[in-house]
Amino acid sequence: MFIINHKKIFVTISAVLVSLSIIVLIIFGLRLGIDFKGGSLLEINFTNQKPSQQVIQKELSSLKLGDIVLQPVGNTGYSIKSRNITDTERASILKTLGSDATQTSFTAIGPSVGAELVRKSIISFILVVLGIILWIAYSFRKASRPVSSWKYGIIAILALIHDVTIPVGIFTVISHFMGVDVNTLFVVAILTILGLSVSDTIVVFDRIRENIRIGHFKSFEETVGQSINQVYVRSLATSSTVMIVLLALIFFGPTSTKIFAIMLAAGMFFGTYSSLFLASPILVMVKNHQDRKKLKAKK
Amino acid sequence: MLKTRITALIILLLGVGIGFFVYKSQIDYLKLTPKEAPTGIAKFPFRLGLDLSGGTHLVYKADLSHVPATDVKDSMSSLRDVIERRINLFGVSEPSIQIQKGGISNPGEERLIVDLPGVTEVAQAIKVIGETPTLDFRTENPNPKTATATVGKNGVANLNLDNQYVRTELTGRYLKKASLEFDPNTGSPIVGLEFNLEGAKLFQQLTKANVGKTIAIFLDGAPISVPKVNEEITGGKAQISGNFTPEEAKILVGRLNSGALPVPIHLVSTQTIGPSLGTKATSAGVMAAIIGFIAIAIFLIIWYRLPGLIADIALLIYVAIMLAVFKLMPVTLTAAGIAGFIISIGIAVDANVLIFERVKEEMRKGSKVKEAIHHGFRRAWPSVRDSNISSIITAVILFWFGTTLIQGFALVFLIGVIISMVSAIFITRLLLYTLNIKRTNKLVSFLFGSGLSSAKSVTATEEAKQANLK
Repeated sequence: MFIINHKKIFVTISAVLVSLSIIVLIIFGLRLGIDFKGGSLLEINFTNQKPSQQVIQKELSSLKLGDIVLQPVGNTGYSIKSRNITDTERASILKTLGSDATQTSFTAIGPSVGAELVRKSIISFILVVLGIILWIAYSFRKASRPVSSWKYGIIAILALIHDVTIPVGIFTVISHFMGVDVNTLFVVAILTILGLSVSDTIVVFDRIRENIRIGHFKSFEETVGQSINQVYVRSLATSSTVMIVLLALIFFGPTSTKIFAIMLAAGMFFGTYSSLFLASPILVMVKNHQDRKKLKAKK
Repeated sequence: MLKTRITALIILLLGVGIGFFVYKSQIDYLKLTPKEAPTGIAKFPFRLGLDLSGGTHLVYKADLSHVPATDVKDSMSSLRDVIERRINLFGVSEPSIQIQKGGISNPGEERLIVDLPGVTEVAQAIKVIGETPTLDFRTENPNPKTATATVGKNGVANLNLDNQYVRTELTGRYLKKASLEFDPNTGSPIVGLEFNLEGAKLFQQLTKANVGKTIAIFLDGAPISVPKVNEEITGGKAQISGNFTPEEAKILVGRLNSGALPVPIHLVSTQTIGPSLGTKATSAGVMAAIIGFIAIAIFLIIWYRLPGLIADIALLIYVAIMLAVFKLMPVTLTAAGIAGFIISIGIAVDANVLIFERVKEEMRKGSKVKEAIHHGFRRAWPSVRDSNISSIITAVILFWFGTTLIQGFALVFLIGVIISMVSAIFITRLLLYTLNIKRTNKLVSFLFGSGLSSAKSVTATEEAKQANLK
């Protein structure tokens, strides 16, 4: 009952986190990577002493590559981001940097491929959201009292928005301070969070409705509180196992999936949080609001 | 009971067998020297994506603007065949050339995706593919627009013959072989073309319909020879008599013999990953998987005790099945795919957790262990199914719409979610039944407890009652 008794605090925490995420998103914005915009990314590694950023910038300025973004990779390398360069231009970059520099990876993405990925991402996002809304609608199809089915659905979707917004906010901050771009895996992370976090909310709501049917508990508030008590161990246990593997992925896994794992871990954490500390309290608030309205109508 | 135990034993042995297959086939494969062809189970290594193995990924856009919609599929597949032949000449092991059809997300853009594992000299690869000629035959345009002539920067006038000729069906895909010949009269080198059966028929029709007119042979989009047709030609042989030097003719024959493209292609994306970067990513992925697995195994034993141990065994079998599926399907593993697999290990536990929590609840209500397991599984099934459906929805859509990178993740994730459900429902349940725990005492309730509490299955009074009955 702890959660329901302090529902205002938890709902406020969520509201603050979501607002913060939106604010950082507006202020910092998302930096689209070459996956979406097209362009090239050349990663080089220096066998001996790594030259300073200014030195490289100066060396490359003669090649007329347009705006380039230079970023250190690890202790011995750099990544050079530029417009979509040709293979000859790539060769001349390597030549300019000397024999000390070896190429570790090179990606050049044409604008049409980038544009396609943007379209694909948007279509996948819409389809996943539609699929999940349909799934929520199906899960809550049975009419129930005292709160009608569609309200459960709306709250589940609210929780879902919460679960996605916060990881995006976290990403925006990481992206801003560490110079990470939005890439394909960012999209995959968001869609996976959508899939993973909705099921938790559905499980909690299912329990609530099961308990309403059984009718053991005196008030709606108590029903919700006890339902949370019944499922929270399960919620914590299942999300901890996923968290454990995600932490393994963050600390030991490949560099390319690190940010992806961080986003998923955040999504998993807030997904579990929202089903216990956000969705259910809002449900109680909705019910209380309904009651007050009814009371007023009677008067 | 005996039957359950035998089934359980068979499943355990199967699990061990699958695990052994995964291990042995990889060890055998790794022992191979680069020249040896894999035999036996070494034919099933893990297939690593380019980001793990190192190599080059090229995306070509096919220019199909002159191909009628009904022929697009044929053109693309012959395009793929020609490029494949070309790459095989180059000596790349296990190249992958795929057609990516234009769809809602990229209308009208047919692409060819060329993956060359181990090739990091992208310039060389691009050159080899780029040298593939485009060859097509065109006939006179019945309503020609005036030929446009442009004067280039170097002062040379270019006559644009594009309007004068229209494309025909006859293209490089019908070419059987090319050979270097010499004109018996002038002694100048000519390039002899021989069509395949279909091409010969097309050429016959073409020549029949155009007697007295010219047919232009276009190479790489430019007319190379514009012979006049004197009569219908059967037998499928043609000649290109440009003003070649013997050297030029020889090169052209070589290029044509390795395949001529039906339509021109343009490189739109390249990606090259150095071998060291790939190796680093692979070992990090394996490391994360092992650490993640061990951490979960420990967590399950501490939190769920006996059922936790059984879930660990089921999870081991799950991992073995997944790895075997990766090898047999085969699934191309990328860094994202490995991440998907690692996450699926975490999710695979989810079903077990749901079931154990229900079993514990049943035991609290007073059911005996066996009934508790029975009811626990039955009641938990809807939530196990439900909690996986949304993940399945996501994975299917990602797979359907994704690029290669996304598909790597989606496929592994999808297979993982489905196999994990099966492993939790069948393997864990079977193993729990096999234990055949009938008695309920403090030890049993401790073993079936979780976290800090034990499953108080049978209350003290009930235990006393049972004692009295004896």
